Amino acid sequence: MARYLLRRLMISIPVLIGITMVTFAMVNFAPGDPVSALINPEAAGSLGPEWVEQQREALGLNAPLPVRYLRWGQEILKGNLGYSTIDRQPVADKIAVRIGPTLKLMVAVQMISLLIALPVGVISALRQYSFLDYFISMLGFAAISIPSFFLALAGIYIFGLELGWLPTSGMRTIGAEDSFIDLLEHLILPATVLGLANAAPLIRYVRSSMLEVIRQPYVNVARAKGLSERTVIYGHAARNALIPVITVIALGLPGLFGGAVIIETIFAWPGMGQLAIAAVRSRDFPMIMALNLVVATMILLSNLLADVLYAAIDPRIKY
Amino acid sequence: MTGISEAIESGPVAQTSNLLEATERSSPSTWKRFRRHRMAVIGTAILSILTFLAVAAPVIAPHSPYRTEISQYRKGPSAEHPLGSDASGRDVLSRLLYAGRVSLSVGLVAVSIYTLIGIVLGGLAGFYGGKADSVIMRAADVVLAFPSLIIIITIVSVLGPSIWNIMWVIGLLGWPPIARIVRAQFLSLREQEFVVASRSSGASSLRMIFRHMLPNALAPVIVAATFGMANVILLEAGLSFLGLGVQPPTATWGNMLTDAQSLPVLQSMPWLWLPPGLMIALAVLSINFIGDGLRDAFDPHMQVR
Repeated sequence: MARYLLRRLMISIPVLIGITMVTFAMVNFAPGDPVSALINPEAAGSLGPEWVEQQREALGLNAPLPVRYLRWGQEILKGNLGYSTIDRQPVADKIAVRIGPTLKLMVAVQMISLLIALPVGVISALRQYSFLDYFISMLGFAAISIPSFFLALAGIYIFGLELGWLPTSGMRTIGAEDSFIDLLEHLILPATVLGLANAAPLIRYVRSSMLEVIRQPYVNVARAKGLSERTVIYGHAARNALIPVITVIALGLPGLFGGAVIIETIFAWPGMGQLAIAAVRSRDFPMIMALNLVVATMILLSNLLADVLYAAIDPRIKY
Repeated sequence: MTGISEAIESGPVAQTSNLLEATERSSPSTWKRFRRHRMAVIGTAILSILTFLAVAAPVIAPHSPYRTEISQYRKGPSAEHPLGSDASGRDVLSRLLYAGRVSLSVGLVAVSIYTLIGIVLGGLAGFYGGKADSVIMRAADVVLAFPSLIIIITIVSVLGPSIWNIMWVIGLLGWPPIARIVRAQFLSLREQEFVVASRSSGASSLRMIFRHMLPNALAPVIVAATFGMANVILLEAGLSFLGLGVQPPTATWGNMLTDAQSLPVLQSMPWLWLPPGLMIALAVLSINFIGDGLRDAFDPHMQVR
């Protein structure tokens, strides 16, 4: 197991290097000069192009691309992600405060989608081809087809504006004391919108996995032993059916983060997605590079986690 | 192993006749199975209507989608403007019709690009195997590990948002799933008797690929491309909604919704955000149903239904 994990980690490293090389090269082709971007435009006139050229040389910007990439990589390894071009704050600090809110949102989304997908998927499989099964699959299609931002707008309109039940933006009420209830109230709308879209494909997987399992001999054996149908389904069938679903959840995480980018922007949720959009809008390239790196790392780690969980839950799997 | 190849193998015709004949005989039943999928048929009808409206937009739109009229600032529906007008006084109905042209063609072009790349790379990997296979499939793994939305917005921020950038960026990043499908199909087809027979009778590689293997590998690719088109339309809508996709004054369903981020618009001007949102949902839902219908139609096991 440990050896397998190590091998997987070793495979992840070239992937990460590949991603950073590609983004580094892309950002390098961006128009605009980082030195001109850093100096005060009023002072720029008096400093002259020679001075800018000197600074470029001093900062190592005239070195060939691969050399600059290696230098950038060295800094990353030392924990320096660079400085934001908006306010010259260290990028690492700005990202650090955003990770918490994004994780809170992701956990809530994952909980909501599992709460929906597990029971619904199992019931759908037990009543294959029934009206209920058909109806659930229709709803699933609707959930993956309605754009999340439209659902979010509709949610804000109905529950935020018309009914006035839920807050429509931010993570906590301004001026109010921090409380868990307040956080939950702010979480409900964004997490439900994203959770619904995320639940739909999960339902499909739970259903088909369950359909496969209930035809297995051990389920018949459980029935033949005279166990109650309840025990057979939930104790024997469903537990085994959920194993492959873990992989699906982990593989869906990049997509989930993509969804969070849009949802965070609509609900003004102070997470990494909102930060990414703000960075793109103001062409803050150090920030964009760092976010690419952080998100790619998170995705690779979650894939690794899925493998570990898979092995931990299913004793038949050996490495 | 799925798709037509299996249908041919399990059919009574397969043993005696050649491939071409078998394909011809299996196609009417594929079509029949598709027709039995009610939602897929409804989806096809709705998508045809949306496509027609988009193509015919210049003829049927009541106004120019670009003509601004300050006196019509965010006016509600009227006889003159059936769906009202937007913040620049432009006719919402006309913009809605023109937006369909952009939204649908972005989906079509981007998916065509990555399907083509996926077929070529997956085909090479599956046909030649060995080094080519491992290099191509590792590359696919790397691209799949990319946080795609983040990469897309990075590229958009570098190159600037435009309809062309959106199309080719999605086109260049979307190929790995298609390549995996084609590779898996080729790997299993390579071992089948009719392919081995054509090889032993001296057929060239090209002939084997285009005549015998590719036609039998296409069914799952078509299904994946259909679902892919639904996803790309959603992606483009999301990007344009955030202002990172197709830029105004060109209308797309996504960027027409951008206005609705302001609460007054959301609360009291539903004509500005409800129609484009519904159009996206309708188009994507139809395409997803068509994809589902195709998947069932290509899968012989689904006949029982």
